Amino acid sequence: MTSDQARTLIGARFSSAQIDGPGGALVVTVPLDQWAAFAQFAKDDLGCRYFSFLTAIDWKELGLEVVVRLDNLDDNMSVTMKTRPGPGVSLCPSLTPLYRGANWMERECYEMFGIQFEGHPDLRRLLLPDDWQGYPLLKSYAVDTPYPPYR
Amino acid sequence: MTTASPARLEVDYAGSERLTMNMGPQHPSAHGVFRAVLTLEGETVVGVDAVIGYLHRCHEKLAETLTYAQYPSIASKTDYVAAMTSEFAYVRAAETIGKIEVPKRAQYLRVMAAELQRVASHLLWLGTWCMDMGGALGGGATIFLYCIRERELILDLFESLVGARLLYGFYQVGGVRYDLPAGWTATCRETVDLIDRRIGEYESMLDDNPFFMARCQGVGVISRELAEDVGISGPLLRGSGVAWDLRRADPYSSYEDFQFLVPVESSGDCFARYGVRMVEFRESLKIVRQVLDGLPEGPVSSRPGLKSVAQTRIPKGEAYARIEGPRGEVGCYLTADGSAKPYRMKWRGASFSNLSVLPHIIPGHKVADVVAIMGSVDPVFGEVDR
Repeated sequence: MTSDQARTLIGARFSSAQIDGPGGALVVTVPLDQWAAFAQFAKDDLGCRYFSFLTAIDWKELGLEVVVRLDNLDDNMSVTMKTRPGPGVSLCPSLTPLYRGANWMERECYEMFGIQFEGHPDLRRLLLPDDWQGYPLLKSYAVDTPYPPYR
Repeated sequence: MTTASPARLEVDYAGSERLTMNMGPQHPSAHGVFRAVLTLEGETVVGVDAVIGYLHRCHEKLAETLTYAQYPSIASKTDYVAAMTSEFAYVRAAETIGKIEVPKRAQYLRVMAAELQRVASHLLWLGTWCMDMGGALGGGATIFLYCIRERELILDLFESLVGARLLYGFYQVGGVRYDLPAGWTATCRETVDLIDRRIGEYESMLDDNPFFMARCQGVGVISRELAEDVGISGPLLRGSGVAWDLRRADPYSSYEDFQFLVPVESSGDCFARYGVRMVEFRESLKIVRQVLDGLPEGPVSSRPGLKSVAQTRIPKGEAYARIEGPRGEVGCYLTADGSAKPYRMKWRGASFSNLSVLPHIIPGHKVADVVAIMGSVDPVFGEVDR
């Protein structure tokens, strides 16, 4: 499966997906309700069985964006999938049932951005202390915010 | 879900009572601050809950506050055992967005530093891992001291090149910071030849050692399917039968100019990972020799003498740059907004993904095997927690 074949296949199956990306990279933006379906399609039909990473970006008033990169190691092809839950929304379907690699990355995104991954089997904090206040990677969170519980 | 947190632990008093045991966060075999909450039935582990974050410094937030010129030397603090490759991933991401050319000599020097770093990192892995495996290896600390002795030689090389022994700041956007000092090449060749010979000595101590084999053969098997699903990389992935090396699959920084083998083992156990790394030692040394032989003349940076923050502006855009580090795919996903600082940086640490495979492979093993498996994964917690 080459990048061009994948592009055609995605266009045929997901008409609402936007495909772009610099320098031939396959970057696909899908609506939130097709997030898990697209990941399933990428795994089964595009052969992207390698879970590279999951992260999020805070676009301030435009809301959050969740970014996932998947690789097809056999054909050396990658897909970056993105979705935007919308302003003020921090809900996103979980990919952990599909890719076990998403487990820790979603937990990290949950504590850093406050994104609730629906369907995640164990959405606990990963890196920060249990009593941490706020979501540090949001743009509204100042770098010098004091950590209150110095007891 | 294979992890079991203590709160949800079911205690069965019908004869198979379970015990929850904390391994870490100050356990010597963890090679860092890592806590594994093990659920035991007798000596057998039935559940693992990995607790990380003790070394979290919020690199990703920090990167948003530092310019493209400042952050590379901070990036070296993610994976401090292989600081060179961490810097490499960041500068490459910035160069991809900014379409910044890197002179050929700088590309070769980058490859050379990265490969020497791989040898240094693997030496530390081999030494500490063999020490974990304990008395079976002639008193345990023998190989550790041998490996540290050789690693010192590489750190000496780095010291005379950069001035620092652990965290370098050698890579910068557009090239590297320093050219080779006089006489460095000859010292480097001697060191490479010496280490090449010494690696043969380690192999003769380990390869036919029945205690060593008993502790790592068939232990901690990672299937190919699990390896891809979790996204492990580097020697772990190649030990699970996937011929995937970014230096070959997605060549960067003139790696296509060099001849080297990509070792692959199919058994997926600790011994396979050991086998892959032992071949990588020699292949890295081979690449270093080729760099020294073919080092082109020219400048070492396309943007020398940067004096102001404004000169480090990168246009709007995004890029994911990945490097084959000693532990696997070190990736930097950078989003630039046209200012002198990134809008967002995601660090994909190889150790993070590699470590997250532990809860899937440890259950069913004895407690002593956990130590062997942890060591074979070779995590660096600076990179896990970032």
